[in-house]
Amino acid sequence: MSTVSTAMADSAIMLRRNLKHTLRNPVTVFNAILFPIVMMLLFVKVLGGGFDVGAGVDYIDYATPGLLVMTISYGLGATSTAVNDDMTKGIINRFKTMDVSRGAMLTGHVVVTTVRCLVACSAIIGMAFLMGFDPGASAAEWLGVLGLIVLVSFAAAWLTVGLGLAAKSPESAGMATVPLIMLPFLSSAFVPSETMGTGVRQFVEYQPFTPIIEALRGLLAGNPSSGDTIAAVAWSVGFAVIGYLWAVSSFKKRA
Amino acid sequence: MRTSAIAVSGLRKTFGDKVVLDGIGFEVPAGSVYSLLGPNGAGKTTTVNILTTLMTADAGVVQVAGHDVASGTKGVRAAIGVTGQFAAVDDLLSGRENLLLMAELKRVRNKEKLISGLLERFDLVESAQKLVSTYSGGMRRKLDLAMTLVGRPEIIFLDEPTTGLDPRSRRTMWQIVRELVADGTTIFLTTQYLEEADELADRIAVLSNGKIAAEGTADELKRLIPGGHVLLRFTDPAAYRHAASALREEATKDDEAQSLQIPSDGTQRELRSILDWLDSVDIEADELTVHTPDLDDVFLALTERTDTGLTTGTNYLNKAAISQ
Repeated sequence: MSTVSTAMADSAIMLRRNLKHTLRNPVTVFNAILFPIVMMLLFVKVLGGGFDVGAGVDYIDYATPGLLVMTISYGLGATSTAVNDDMTKGIINRFKTMDVSRGAMLTGHVVVTTVRCLVACSAIIGMAFLMGFDPGASAAEWLGVLGLIVLVSFAAAWLTVGLGLAAKSPESAGMATVPLIMLPFLSSAFVPSETMGTGVRQFVEYQPFTPIIEALRGLLAGNPSSGDTIAAVAWSVGFAVIGYLWAVSSFKKRA
Repeated sequence: MRTSAIAVSGLRKTFGDKVVLDGIGFEVPAGSVYSLLGPNGAGKTTTVNILTTLMTADAGVVQVAGHDVASGTKGVRAAIGVTGQFAAVDDLLSGRENLLLMAELKRVRNKEKLISGLLERFDLVESAQKLVSTYSGGMRRKLDLAMTLVGRPEIIFLDEPTTGLDPRSRRTMWQIVRELVADGTTIFLTTQYLEEADELADRIAVLSNGKIAAEGTADELKRLIPGGHVLLRFTDPAAYRHAASALREEATKDDEAQSLQIPSDGTQRELRSILDWLDSVDIEADELTVHTPDLDDVFLALTERTDTGLTTGTNYLNKAAISQ
């Protein structure tokens, strides 16, 4: 077998292992869905009425893209904890003494994280429809939404694997993803950036989650903005590459 | 045909300014059991980590299964199996799934047959479907070794495989090691149990302070240190003084413990002559123990450090005692 196909086969085996872990521990998935739904109810039903998101715009339509991004970032804690947990156990050393592709042990985590994000995002979209979500997206735009969610999840997953490897303990690995959970609040997820104070607004406009949320919002509204979409894709690809390089180099360092 | 399964020379490893391995070298013939013996912190695990490609050496040549660990890492990994000090099993999978994972990674054909065979051999059939997190320490260790055997590696590294196991599980482990050797597998074993090295190893190296203090068969090592002795203990101070003055030529005395040591090779004939002679000078000890040199003595003599207070005094634990 060639190196690439061996690596692919190893990754598939590791992916099955991580999937089994996730299925044995359904609390992770449940948690990853429940928290965003609670946030959704809180923002849409409790707070949303007081926000001015532009004339004629339903708050559920405004908030759903931001909630999707929050859903992705909220699910990452489980990944960094799992990655770190793996490192502190002997099983990784066993794999390392075997002729197993180095990346396979990490790609398993990345793929499972991406799948879990997709499942959680689907649940959030389903919930949004129940609450009167009325997107104007065409089939092609829905495909764009799916593609962007996968790309953002994938990028965030690599970054999280890097965080998990860099942390000293599973607990601190979980804590390390907290900034990623907080960042959507400091974006245009729940209120437009124009309504914010100057300093905060500048941060909001330049942080990566804003173009990602705006790109999703445009696609879902059937009114995609090419500038935001390009920025969103660029940020994601950048994060994926940085996360990948960081994760692989720290993986090699940790014996 | 290669005869050395493992060949190491000039191996050095330093962590910060602490020299862990100070230029060690040894050879392990294929199909034999080689034991690295040493106290905690002697560098045993570091040696295993380097030999199994988990760590890189600072200097030296290490060949495993004919491949250099630095340049032929892939070849080394394909030829070895490792069971470390801490059971490397996946808690969230069942015993069977752990074995299946290994079989898949090793691309074994006929997985089911292999897995059923291993479960049976290691007496894990009943708990095969249970999650490993529910296993006892001994079961985890057995599963760990079973996982190591998947794919029939030609060289198996066992890093303190029986540390923390009860005596029965330890004997099971030993039996399995013997079966592996009978199949032609080379075993590299580290242990702090002298009994284990004595039972299993063809050759033993004693590692102390990053250097190999001695190397050879168990018998060769035992010959390295002075012979045994007969130890006489007294409870009555008068009897002790009487014996000490009568035996002042032959025995080494220990006033505090009220005991005397008479050199002896431990044979029946010599023991009888000592007893006859003690009778003739009217000495009656309260306790008599025969001490033959064993690996404990070799180990203690070779790994003697500044903190000897910690290691002496255990010598007599395993000895057959004859009380009068």
